Amino acid sequence: MAVLELSDVHKAYHGPKGSVEVLKGVSLQLEAGDFVALRGPSGSGKSTLLWIAGALMTPGSGKVLVDGQDIYRLSTEGRARERASKIGFVFQQFHLVPYLTVRENIIAPSLAGGNGNGLDLTHRTNELIDQLGIGHRRDHVPSQLSSGERQRTALARALLRKPKLLLADEPTGNLDGENAQGVLEEIGRFAQAGGAVLLVTHSDQASASAKRVLAMSDGLVKESE
Amino acid sequence: MSVWGMIFKEIGYRKGHFLLSLLAVAAAVASLIGSVTLLEAHRSRTEKLMSDKRAGAAEMLAKKRAEVEASAAKMNDEIRKITKNLGFNILILPKDQNLHEVYAKGFGEKTMPEEFVTRLASSDIVVINHVLPSLVRKVEWTEQRRTVVLVGTRGEVPLANRNKMPEILESVPRGEAVLGYELHNQLQLQPGQSMKLMGRDFKVRKCLPARGNQDDITIWLNLGETQEMLDLAGRINAIYALECNCQSVDRIGSIRREVAKLLPETQVLEFQSQAVARAEARKVAWEKGMADVEAERKHQEKALAAEERYRKKMQREREDLAGWLVPLILTVSALWIALLTYINVRARVSEIGILRALGVGNSRILQLFLGKALVIGLIGAVVGYPLGFGLGLSWAGNASEAAALFDVRMLVLGIGLAPLLAIGASWLPAQIAARLDPALVLGEG
Repeated sequence: MAVLELSDVHKAYHGPKGSVEVLKGVSLQLEAGDFVALRGPSGSGKSTLLWIAGALMTPGSGKVLVDGQDIYRLSTEGRARERASKIGFVFQQFHLVPYLTVRENIIAPSLAGGNGNGLDLTHRTNELIDQLGIGHRRDHVPSQLSSGERQRTALARALLRKPKLLLADEPTGNLDGENAQGVLEEIGRFAQAGGAVLLVTHSDQASASAKRVLAMSDGLVKESE
Repeated sequence: MSVWGMIFKEIGYRKGHFLLSLLAVAAAVASLIGSVTLLEAHRSRTEKLMSDKRAGAAEMLAKKRAEVEASAAKMNDEIRKITKNLGFNILILPKDQNLHEVYAKGFGEKTMPEEFVTRLASSDIVVINHVLPSLVRKVEWTEQRRTVVLVGTRGEVPLANRNKMPEILESVPRGEAVLGYELHNQLQLQPGQSMKLMGRDFKVRKCLPARGNQDDITIWLNLGETQEMLDLAGRINAIYALECNCQSVDRIGSIRREVAKLLPETQVLEFQSQAVARAEARKVAWEKGMADVEAERKHQEKALAAEERYRKKMQREREDLAGWLVPLILTVSALWIALLTYINVRARVSEIGILRALGVGNSRILQLFLGKALVIGLIGAVVGYPLGFGLGLSWAGNASEAAALFDVRMLVLGIGLAPLLAIGASWLPAQIAARLDPALVLGEG
């Protein structure tokens, strides 16, 4: 069963100057272990596709299945539960909570409740801190961290509940080459461990880390040449 | 990570926002508690003040009454001592006058020569100070169809061999009449007006005030004129001898003997004893004293009523002020809290977006904001209550009554109201936070 399956997904934005259709029937499938990079020019609909895949934006039409569950047939709270248990997010801007320490930021998703996929989240937090090499920053707040440390903290937070799908929007956009490489390697390890990754990027370095590269153009997704 | 842990972390991070919100809640609670305390202090002080003043007035009146009673007792004693050695009054009647008739009617029908008066006055008798001859008859006042007592008097007859003493009864000139109260009052007669009696014309000389006895239906005329009208020329039926002095134990016996020597055809009676004079004097003094006490009581009542009116007016003015000031402060505080919460939401959109993206539900986002409002409300009440209570006492100026004015119900109200105010004011911004579109928020980031 595919971890993520999009079938004929359409999405249009309605504005005062009329409607702009950014997704024109996108179909896509990610299996466990897939690490897919999605490239395309700005405004091509990459981020929109990511939001829709992450149960954050309702498509105009089409079907989105995450781990076999049609997520847009669920209520808002139901989709939140699906995100909490199955999907991890990483963003270019990190979006760390400024008043929480590294450890607290990583464990913040536990606010969503639930049993954390049967995990001991405190133990899992410590494991991720060690795994991502930010143990010395455990009790530091984001303002005391470097960009690389912030993104590794954000990645640890995304991986806390061992999601099946990791959605990353330009995760290396604010990082230097060395830090970007470290983050990409961690994402690669997640895929190798059986997770599915959809990574939106402009970066060649990031694309090179992916097993498969897709291109977004004219509202459709194509295999990159 | 718990919701409360996150709330307290955020409070610690955004201290300015927290303190400003706390200030708004504390101000609202302080204004409410302060106003209630001030009004309660004023009410309590008014109660005490009025109670003290009433007690003071009662005490003063009781003291005054006691003074009057003491004064009356003293006066009674003094009058008793004075009148013990003072003279008394006697009535000289014809010897053949039946005393039963005198006691029953107030006068006798028998007459005696007017010359008896001259004999008495020209004697060297020393036990009598004033001599008043009179002729009294009950007659029909045909012109007014009523029965009256007619008294002919020639005033006081000067005693020979004695210095002239102040007259105690004035004479009535011929052609004039002195009227008792019931007569002039019923007939609407006034001094100077004319009237007809037994075919003769008279001018009203004087109208007497009510005495409550036979005098009220009596007409006093000149003695000679009365004798003519009654066809009793040179006759009288009584001689009043007033202020008789006698140091002996059997004083009436002594006087009788003296008078008998001069007027053997007469008999002597005592009337209006010292006991009556004493009682009358005491009564007058008592009534005067009690009238003073009553006047003072009325004055005190008036002063107390004026004070009470003033205090109530002040209370009403303060209630009116609190009536609009407290709701105004509560409203401004609520708006201030709402604005601060909205600013807090705007500052935390990225945090809210990522939490939503990570699966944190709307209700949990709502809890983060409303939980913070609850904390602000509770701490605001804890700060605002003593502040308001202290200010209320300070404004009222009776800090010493803090224990008496402390009301646990107000404490409960303050602690209950403040979180409600904070949560109510934060409700809308919290709903906005809970409904933020994470895709939009994270996309903006």
